[in-house]
Formats: sequence, structure tokens, C-alpha cells
Amino acid sequence: MEMTFEQQRLRTAFREFADAHIVPHANAWDRAEHMPAEAVRQLANKGYLGAVLPADCGGAGFDMVGFGLLNEELGRGCSSIRSLLTVHSMAALTIWRWGTEAQKAQWLEKLGQGEAIGAFALTEPEAGSDAREIRTEAVVSGDDFLLNGHKKWITFAQIADLFLIFARSQRGPCAFLLERNTPGLVISPVHGMLGTRASMMAELHLEQCRVPKQNLVGAPGVGLSHIASSALDCGRYSVAWGCVGIAQACLEACLQYAGQRKQFGSLLRDHQLVQRMIAHMVVGVKAARLLCHNAGQLKDAGDPTSIIETSIAKYFACRTAAEIARDAVQIHGANGCSSEYPAERFYRDAKIMEIIEGSNEIQEITIAQSACQQVADNAAIAR
Amino acid sequence: MEQTKEKLRAFLTRHIAGRTIADEDQIFASGFVNSMFAMQLVLFLEKNFKIAIGNEDLELKNFQSINAMADLIERKTPHSQNGSNS
Ligand SMILES: Cc1cc2nc3c(=O)[nH]c(=O)nc-3n(C[C@H](O)[C@H](O)[C@H](O)COP(=O)(O)OP(=O)(O)OC[C@H]3O[C@@H](n4cnc5c(N)ncnc54)[C@H](O)[C@@H]3O)c2cc1C
Repeated sequence: MEMTFEQQRLRTAFREFADAHIVPHANAWDRAEHMPAEAVRQLANKGYLGAVLPADCGGAGFDMVGFGLLNEELGRGCSSIRSLLTVHSMAALTIWRWGTEAQKAQWLEKLGQGEAIGAFALTEPEAGSDAREIRTEAVVSGDDFLLNGHKKWITFAQIADLFLIFARSQRGPCAFLLERNTPGLVISPVHGMLGTRASMMAELHLEQCRVPKQNLVGAPGVGLSHIASSALDCGRYSVAWGCVGIAQACLEACLQYAGQRKQFGSLLRDHQLVQRMIAHMVVGVKAARLLCHNAGQLKDAGDPTSIIETSIAKYFACRTAAEIARDAVQIHGANGCSSEYPAERFYRDAKIMEIIEGSNEIQEITIAQSACQQVADNAAIAR
Repeated sequence: MEQTKEKLRAFLTRHIAGRTIADEDQIFASGFVNSMFAMQLVLFLEKNFKIAIGNEDLELKNFQSINAMADLIERKTPHSQNGSNS
């Protein structure tokens, strides 16, 4: 798949940014379980936090392939900072796509410039893959809604200014914009995760949080089917490209290591069993990138098949990244198990990707269902 | 209008495992659609009927049935025939 001149230019700029500002620090951020404010500011200064927004809304005006390339390069450096781009873009894109004019006026410019950080709050202790189980409740109270509930595993909630949050109501699932300073919202940091350890995760406890009706995104009833769904589509796309980045980083680390380390009198790269792993990496990275690129082009064309193609790309890229990261640790031997090398971080981060934005199993169900529908459709056409 | 409904019917049949859908059938209540279907439907409507669906249209009742969607498309399509708002 060919990249346009502009996409090639963007890719070079993203790569240089990641090499200068992310790669050298990623291991330290991971160890500290902390993303420094300076790192977020650098992303904002580059306009990258407005990657999914058009220029006339204060965004960078990249197309979806361009946004994907940014995810790959950030993901190559550090999955935690890539996950900031993911959740922030999910919130920003949702407001741009589905927000009221007042919501757009209030938030788009700020989000696009990184003056406000957005996050996505769907998951709860009892509602993971099956989002219909959410128990956070929104009850009408005068001109407001009162929100009560508990959200878990919320990426960058420690620093987010605005949450796209989901609750059930008498009229069906709702999506709201919830500001950080809302009385009754308590944000408790989460530590000790396996991967994306610098993603400033937190839990949200909502007790009688008063949210004006104007903060409702879309009508009651469409909160999950349309709002969460379209945000998750963006999230899956971002994660898919982020996985290409992890896999590419593993490949580069392995090529370097296997070109220096000698055992049995020859470089690791000259042992054929190591070559097999490297060959798998090369092919896996290319195939995953092609699937992501395909999904991006379909998104740019507004094609309905972009949704399933994104799911396919996410599924393949996550599995590929996890396999490649496992082999990267293997090629590095004991060094691969040490935090002095990045392989173990890639391995831990890649595992997370198989769980978030729809686990591997959920993607398998969706992809298989879609294929079965296709067969039914072909049979109907043939009749 | 009939042509619009025909296109909608074809799209829905493809996504609801080959079932026949009547114009007034409640699609979302049927339980046959998966979590990605609603967004696929929005993109399909936008691309095929050259309309933009925004906040003001985002109510489940606009997408409930073939009839509801045909009405939505009719409302969202700029009519150039007599050039007036009457
Ligand atoms: C690092 C990290 C960051 C996250 N960030 C966010 C965030 O910012 N916002 C947010 O809202 N959420 C976030 N999450 C939550 C994430 O979306 C959920 O973890 C995910 O949806 C899976 O839900 P669960 O963990 O409850 O697992 P469960 O749904 O309980 O699933 C457990 C296992 O069962 C499998 N399973 C479930 N149903 C089926 C089925 N029908 N058939 C076959 N297998 C099935 C799953 O695939 C999985 O392997 C984050 C999670 C992590 C780990």
C-alpha cells in the first residue's frame, strides 16, 4: 500500500519525535509508573493531541492513516504514551462526531491543543467485555443528571480533565461529559499493573455527581450502541497501530542484539533458529501494518466495512505483537528478562493489548459473526 | 422512497444473517444485531445517501426501522426540485 507524500513526511516527523523524546525515557517512565507532565506537554506542543481533529477545530488535521502512523511511532517508543493518544483521541473524536455545538465550542479547541486531557470511562468491576452490564446510574434531577457508580481501569484518569463516561438511565444507556472537578467524583490511582505502567491509571467513584443535561452526548438510549461503539472503533484502530509499533520496536531491538551477541562462536543472527524468529517478526510486522493501513484508508473513505476491518487489524496486530515480543525476550536471553533492556517492557505491554478495546476472544466472535453473515449474504445473492 | 427502502433492506439483510426485514420491524429490539452494527449502519447511511448524521439525529427512534430511516434520509436530503422551503 502506497503512502502519499504527506503521509511519508508525517511518518518521518513522528519517528524523529519518538526517537528524541520518547524512546530514551520509556523504561524509566515504566519503572516509575509515572508519565511526566513534560512528556505530555511535548506531545501537545507538537499538536499531536489534536491528531484526530480537523484543523478548523484546533486539531492537527491528519487523515486517519496519518493518525495511525503517529500511533505506530509513539507505540514503538512507549505504549503508555501511545495509550494517552488513544483515550484522549477517543474523547475528542466523540465530541467532534457526536457532540452538541456548545460541547464542541467548549472542548474541541482545548482538547486539540492539549490544554485539556480527555479519557474514556466505560469499564466497571462487573462490566468488562459485556458493557451492557454497566451499573453506574444516571437519574434525572431537575436540569441535571445525578450519577452514581464505580469505573475501573481508566487510562490516564489520574490527570484527565474530562471523562467521556457511560451510565444506564431509565431511557437506556447514556454518554456524558464529566469534568474532573465535579463534586462527588473521587479519583483513586491504580498501581502495579502488568503493562502500560506509566499510563496513570485510576478508578473513579461517583457519588451524587451532578452533571448538567447539556453534558449528555447523543440522546439517552444511544450511549453504548453509537457513542461507546464509535469511540471504541477509534480506540481499536489506535491500539492496532500501536501494536505495529511494539512489534517494530521488538524487531529493531532483536536485529541490534543478535548482531552483537555471540554464542558458540558466531553471532546470534547467524544461528538459523534465531533467523526463523526474525523472519516471523519481519513478516508479522509487515502484515499487521498492511491491515492497519487498509482499515485507515477505509476510514478515510467513510466506508462501513472500516469497522470490521479495524477489528480484524486490531486482532491480528495484537496477537502478532504479543508473539513477537515473546520471541524478542527469547532472543535476548537473560538480558531480555532484565529491565536494562526494553524487551521485557514490550512483552508486558503487548499482553495488555490482547485484553483492551475488545479482547482477542471478543474480536474472534465479531470477526466470525461477520464472516458468517457474509456467507449468508452470498447465498442470498446466488438464489 | 421505495428505492431508498430497497437499499436499506439489502444492507440490513446482509447484517442480520440473511433474515427478511419488513419496513416496520424494530431492528434494535430484534436482538440480532451485534455491537458494531449501529456504527456500520450510520456509515452506510452517510455514504450511500450522502447525508451527514450528527448530534441532532442521534436518537434510536431514527434508526429503529426501515420506515424510520427512510424518513430520516428524506429529512436530511437537500431537495433541489422546486428550490424553495415551502
Ligand atoms: C491496561 C488497561 C487499560 C484499560 N483502560 C481502560 C480505559 O481507559 N477505559 C475503560 O473503560 N476500560 C479500560 N480498561 C478495561 C478493559 O477495557 C477491560 O479490561 C476489557 O474490556 C475486558 O474486560 P474485563 O477485564 O472485565 O474482562 P472480562 O470481560 O471479565 O473477560 C475475561 C476473559 O474472558 C473472556 N471472555 C469474556 N466474554 C467472553 C465470551 N463471550 N466468549 C469468550 N471469551 C469471553 C475475555 O476475552 C477475557 O479473556 C483497561 C484495561 C487494562 C488492562
